[in-house]
Amino acid sequence: MVHSQTDLEFSPPEPVAGEDPTAGTKGRTPVSGGHLALSAVLPGFGHLVRGEWVVGMVFALTWAAFLGVAFIVWDRIFGVFGGPRTPFDGVLAVGTLGALLLVVWGGALYDLAVRAKRPVKRYGDSQWAIATRHFRRNRIAVAGLVVMLVLYAVTLLTPLIAPFDPAAQGDIVQTRYLSPSFEHPMGTDKFGRDVYSRVLYGSRISLSIGFVAVGLSVLIGAAVGSVAGYFGRWTDTVLMRFTDMMLSFPRLILLIVTIALFEPTIWLVVIVLGLTGWMSVARIVRGEVLSLRSREFIQAAKVLGMSDARIILRHILPNTLAPVIVYATLGIGTTILIEATLSFLGLGVQPPTPSWGNMIADGRDALLTAWWISTFPGLAIVITVTAFNLLGDGLRDALDPRLRT
Amino acid sequence: MEPILKVSDLRTYFRADAGLARAVDGVSFEVHPGETLGIVGESGSGKSVTSLSVMRLIPEPPGEIQPGSKILFRDNEGEKDLARVTEEEMRHIRGNDIAMIFQEPMTSLNPVFKVGDQIVESLRLHQGLSKKDAREKAIDMLRLVGIPIPEQRVDEYPHQLSGGMRQRVMIAIALACDPKVLIADEPTTALDVTIQAQILELLNRLQEELGMAIILITHDLGVVAETCDRVIVMYAGQVFEEGSVEDVFRDPQNPYTEGLLRSIPRLGSHSERLAVIPGVVPSATEWPTGCRFHARCPYGWEKTAQEEPPLFEIGPGRKSKCWLVEHPERREEIRRETGGFTPEGALTGTGASTPAAGAPDEGVDVQARDREV
Repeated sequence: MVHSQTDLEFSPPEPVAGEDPTAGTKGRTPVSGGHLALSAVLPGFGHLVRGEWVVGMVFALTWAAFLGVAFIVWDRIFGVFGGPRTPFDGVLAVGTLGALLLVVWGGALYDLAVRAKRPVKRYGDSQWAIATRHFRRNRIAVAGLVVMLVLYAVTLLTPLIAPFDPAAQGDIVQTRYLSPSFEHPMGTDKFGRDVYSRVLYGSRISLSIGFVAVGLSVLIGAAVGSVAGYFGRWTDTVLMRFTDMMLSFPRLILLIVTIALFEPTIWLVVIVLGLTGWMSVARIVRGEVLSLRSREFIQAAKVLGMSDARIILRHILPNTLAPVIVYATLGIGTTILIEATLSFLGLGVQPPTPSWGNMIADGRDALLTAWWISTFPGLAIVITVTAFNLLGDGLRDALDPRLRT
Repeated sequence: MEPILKVSDLRTYFRADAGLARAVDGVSFEVHPGETLGIVGESGSGKSVTSLSVMRLIPEPPGEIQPGSKILFRDNEGEKDLARVTEEEMRHIRGNDIAMIFQEPMTSLNPVFKVGDQIVESLRLHQGLSKKDAREKAIDMLRLVGIPIPEQRVDEYPHQLSGGMRQRVMIAIALACDPKVLIADEPTTALDVTIQAQILELLNRLQEELGMAIILITHDLGVVAETCDRVIVMYAGQVFEEGSVEDVFRDPQNPYTEGLLRSIPRLGSHSERLAVIPGVVPSATEWPTGCRFHARCPYGWEKTAQEEPPLFEIGPGRKSKCWLVEHPERREEIRRETGGFTPEGALTGTGASTPAAGAPDEGVDVQARDREV
């Protein structure tokens, strides 16, 4: 370059430069060793003596709750390992309980030891941090999240907290059709089985089916949608016409036919639900990819010599994540409903394994005389699906900048 | 000195609904190590397609670099024809040997990654640095392009930076792997004037420090005058004039260049209306016969409408694609009679009947064009 006519100094407008960018903590009083020691013995109390009431109470109460559960089911914890064979779900439940206790204990300690000393961040919010801030303000969605977390915790802890064996039949004369009582909080069904225990065990089926099936459809949908959108042309045509074809089948009938042809097991139901649910994800992802593909940062990635696979996986898919997360959350609710429908029709999970759907079907005949058999699993479905829908709506509001207020 | 990049007879055609669009039609030029080559021309003259062809980023189909086109790039191992190398080799060259920065810094950075990570990614991909080394280098690069407190900026997201900052980051990414050629496609168009000056100054300084060649694509003649060593003027997918910046600006040989220069307002001189080039760039699917500029050229006569002039060599490193080279007397005659390019040209020009390449109001909005070209 020959001429350099302008002689501007390099002084771009620069706001942030403080001498010490770590100056100032989050307005929290310094943490002493005593606080830490107290927190290590009694999580939450370290916060309470510092006057941080809300955080302290949350830590203290959850710690107390989990410790209480552990205390009540103490015998069973030993029973899991003492028996002739070690049941997998029992080990998982004990592991979960241990992990939950550890998380609360460690969380309280971490908050005091690390986060209280962390500087106020005057810069640097990722779009996720911004979305989190918006999500927190949405109380209903936070409630949905809490319910969802509690549901999953309960599901994992089921072998420890369910009072009865879900398949064990009681005395067919004495204990059938018992209305809710202290011993059977949700009554018993026509075989004298405890409905409360069965609802707990049924949650395992419903929640894991929802989770795994939606996970499967998101994987397939994201793969199909991103490949179709990115490569375009005939790849796009072939994949999207196939998607359209899949969409044009009534899903329920497809499910019924498939399950009728093979022996219905839980895994078959999961796989079929996953394989018939990916089309919407594929369309969402394809739409996003189409608009992202022409953005300049994708062109810039090509200019830097990146391969197609790398561009799709690292530069395009992370940008399509927000709508997919929303869809997945809402999809779990739908999938739980479909599983209940299938089980109700006798095509899903087979008795005696309890699932909410087949429990409702069981109680159908006795609805007038023993309302509790169908009602409680029905309520469980309502609460679960509502929680997921509220969470999904909240996530959509938080993740979509156009909907933020 | 051997040229580092030698483009010869580059022809890039697109298959469009309206027919075959010959967007770049026989362009040849050379870039020498350490020099800055400007490519100027109106919208639709093929500047950007030329640069994308060099990077082999033309979407195929509908686009295609025609057989016979040569893009010779010289590196340590010898000469490679970029029009012919495999996509695999080309990926290795992109970003590593030839880098590119774009017009729109606002959207050229991936919004979900920290800016530092975007520099790191390229460094790790091409130079195989460890995470830690790449981060160090990324901070160094940010410092090099004049970003204050780079240790902090490296962890920020694109939306936290201003437009000028982002263009600096783009330059840092482009230069991280020490390319031999940097293609800057209108790097300052989207920025305001003071930031423009800073970015150009920065490119100037970096070129001196790092010694790469720059191809600067722009429609801003002021930018060319300030920063370039040599310039080629493109019109209708062809090179119309080539030469050193001083020669071309002081003594434009091609009527198109003359028209461009006459349409710039000058500080100090007062005139009611600027001289303009009448009409607009014709559509790439139906270039006029003869000289592609003849319909808009005040010097045109029957010969220019029928025969296409070759790119005459008119001096050392000086070329012009115009029949006036063989008939210099026409220029003086016309100037005496009508004054060549005149302010009235826009209103009385023959260009009104030419099919438009850009927006329909492009030819009419005299004010806007005066500012740009």
